[in-house]
Amino acid sequence: MEISLDLLLSAIMAGILLGGFYAAVTVGVSISFGMLDIVNIAHPAFIILGSYAAYILNASFGLDPILAAFLMLPVFYALGAAIYQIYHLVFERRGDEALRGLAFFFGLLFITEVALVLVFGVDYRFVNAAYVGITLHYGPIDLPLRMLVPFAISILLMIGLQLFLSCSFIGRAIQAVSQDRLALQLMAANPTKIKRIAFAISIATAALAGAFLIIIQPVEPSIGRDYIGRVFAICVLGGLGSFPGLVAAALLLGVVESVTSTFYGPSWAPAVAFGFLLLTLALRPAGLMGR
Amino acid sequence: MTAALLEVEGLAKHFGGFTALDGIALRVASGERVGLIGPNGSGKSTLVNCLCGTLRNEAGTVRFDGRVMDGLAAHQRTRLGMARSFQLPKPFGSLTVAENLRIPLLYAVNARTDGHLSTDQIDARCHELLGLVGLGEKATLRPRDLTQVEMRKLELARAVATAPKLLIADEAMAGLSHSEVDDILALLLRLNAQGITIILIEHIMRAVMSFSERLVVLVAGRKIADGTPQEVVRNPEVERAYLGE
Amino acid sequence: MGRMRNSTFWAAAFAVGAVFFGLSLLVPNDYYFFAGYVVLQYIVLATAWNILGGYTGYVNFGSAAFFALGAYSTVVMYKLLPLPVPLLVVIGGVISGAVGLGMGYLTLRLRGAFFSIATLALAVVVQTLITNWDFVGGSRGAYIIRPAHAPLLGNYIQYLFLVMLVLAVIAVGIARSIERSRLGFGFSSIRDDEQAAEAAGVPTLRLKLVATTLSGALMGMAGAPLPYYVTYLDPASGFNLAYAVNSIAMPLIGGMTSWIGPIIGAVFLGTIQQLATVTISSALNLLIVGALLVLFVVIAPNGIVGLVESRLRARRR
Repeated sequence: MEISLDLLLSAIMAGILLGGFYAAVTVGVSISFGMLDIVNIAHPAFIILGSYAAYILNASFGLDPILAAFLMLPVFYALGAAIYQIYHLVFERRGDEALRGLAFFFGLLFITEVALVLVFGVDYRFVNAAYVGITLHYGPIDLPLRMLVPFAISILLMIGLQLFLSCSFIGRAIQAVSQDRLALQLMAANPTKIKRIAFAISIATAALAGAFLIIIQPVEPSIGRDYIGRVFAICVLGGLGSFPGLVAAALLLGVVESVTSTFYGPSWAPAVAFGFLLLTLALRPAGLMGR
Repeated sequence: MTAALLEVEGLAKHFGGFTALDGIALRVASGERVGLIGPNGSGKSTLVNCLCGTLRNEAGTVRFDGRVMDGLAAHQRTRLGMARSFQLPKPFGSLTVAENLRIPLLYAVNARTDGHLSTDQIDARCHELLGLVGLGEKATLRPRDLTQVEMRKLELARAVATAPKLLIADEAMAGLSHSEVDDILALLLRLNAQGITIILIEHIMRAVMSFSERLVVLVAGRKIADGTPQEVVRNPEVERAYLGE
Repeated sequence: MGRMRNSTFWAAAFAVGAVFFGLSLLVPNDYYFFAGYVVLQYIVLATAWNILGGYTGYVNFGSAAFFALGAYSTVVMYKLLPLPVPLLVVIGGVISGAVGLGMGYLTLRLRGAFFSIATLALAVVVQTLITNWDFVGGSRGAYIIRPAHAPLLGNYIQYLFLVMLVLAVIAVGIARSIERSRLGFGFSSIRDDEQAAEAAGVPTLRLKLVATTLSGALMGMAGAPLPYYVTYLDPASGFNLAYAVNSIAMPLIGGMTSWIGPIIGAVFLGTIQQLATVTISSALNLLIVGALLVLFVVIAPNGIVGLVESRLRARRR
């Protein structure tokens, strides 16, 4: 098979744009799993929920999906806070019940997917936005706006979150809480509020990621499961809780997936992420930028 | 010079940029009673974890009973005779108090070539050990029904159940009353009289002073003193860095 | 029943199974055997899951992968060389067991959460691989033709029912034997506190690998007869989400600490689902299972067995 340079360049570029999107998808888990030690495997379900929310607002009111996502941020934030509250009351306070917490989130993942199937059916849904059909051309490189816009906003999101964590009081409190878990266990209730805020933020990011997803591709309820492997592969590869590492890992995964997809066919994409995950777990559990 | 039971040379452990242990050297003779003291964060628990195999040290060697321990998993070290109790008790919550002691008997003692105990012998030994630490009446309870003190005793009993040559007691007396401390001390002295080498890590100075034949002081990952309790206490560096209660 | 010796239990279990089968033969309706096969299959799956999940504390979200590998190994053999079903069961078990061992070896030295995540991803990947494999029909699926005569009985569905019944008895027998053995104590210690277990002399990695391999193998065995049961197998049905959820929900709702729990969960949930599939949509059906799962995890983590036990304990006081 001849590898045309043009094709390769396009694939790499598409991969970079895809990687930006993957970063937005993963940042929520980086917060909940990397910083709070909560294995929220239901995160992809919330992203799909975000996609459908954007879909409804777009179909009913003609709202731009990203605008719709910003409108949904408070709703998702509240949802995240509520879920954390339940999780904390039931699981965290009783001590180390990792198994039940996992089962809980698995149940949520499952219920969300099935509920969406019941309400919307298994047809693919997509959104109509001004930029969805437009593609910019720079020589051999194509930049479809439906990928470029989410990529750009993802990067802004990552920068915004990083600034928030480093510069704001609450952000620094979140970092403190994530680093000193033993102290956390010996302290009183205050850290709970901080963790609740952090978890709520992580779910809020799902609203945005969901909007990105449905801009990039049509969505149906079971797609979430494809993302579980990707999300955790990126988290582990990038080092839990490290944003720069996360972006690097996301871009890497995006490029490898895109190149594989272009030359071997798109049905192999989920296997790529899993391969990454297994390799990283086997060789360097601390991740790319870890210790 | 007889070979020491435990020989540690140049032991180093890092967590990212932070050096927890910086080239620790230590010799413990068979049957000795060694006390290990140092301020919080000086690396005592890290040292225990590296000795027992829970953590992997980056540099240095640990030699136990003539064998090099590098690369051996914690359970293998336990089977070779190195036992430890945890600072924060880690009982097996779903098992009864007596069953907690079955585990080391089934897996440490029975795994040795000379150590096969029958089910009845195991039962008997469980009750014997419970009696030794004063938990005889609580055999059928669950760990969550025990008081803090009783959990620490169970923790010690579980370590003793492995029939160790060396027992590392990691802050087993924290938070205990005066008489409870005396109880544990008496128990440890009895074990030592039976031939078990003991490393006692403690903050309670009177216990450490009365118990130890030799005292080792750890500060910021380095050993700064190693001698008889009287010598160590008079060491100006120790005075400067740490003198507890 | 708690004091019964192992050998007695096995004898009793086989006896119960034999009686049950004898009575079943009196039922004139074939549908009973179709539905019964599914419930028995879930008993095996739930029991298998529980060995790794309930006993050892490691959550496997990818039961569908091990189950489907068993089913697809049968498809492969069907295309190469027809073999009797019991032999196919063994082959399915070996293959799924090997995959369990391999995956365990890669991921069990890390935290339990990573293992669970890896199992989730495994399910997706195995499904991807099989969907892309034309030899077994890929996404178009494969057709299996049942032999004209079933061994022993003549009625093929009754024969499959019997195979699954024997498998269920074996799985339950294994689970109970483990529970009361040195191995079972080892598993419990890992579940309760892995670090303390290791310090007490338990070879945790080795035991976890045993649990993963055994659990995977049993799941593969449960899947092996499936192609002959459905006669048409495609990845969508082989990897049906129902298998993943049920293998977790059934032990959890039934009770994870004892061999009885998975049976209770499988019979309870399995029967509900068999009835519900006829009356309501399968999606709503699964929604109910998911909701029950979350409900029990939050409110009654020790399942039905746990509820009964605390009732008995309360009454004794």
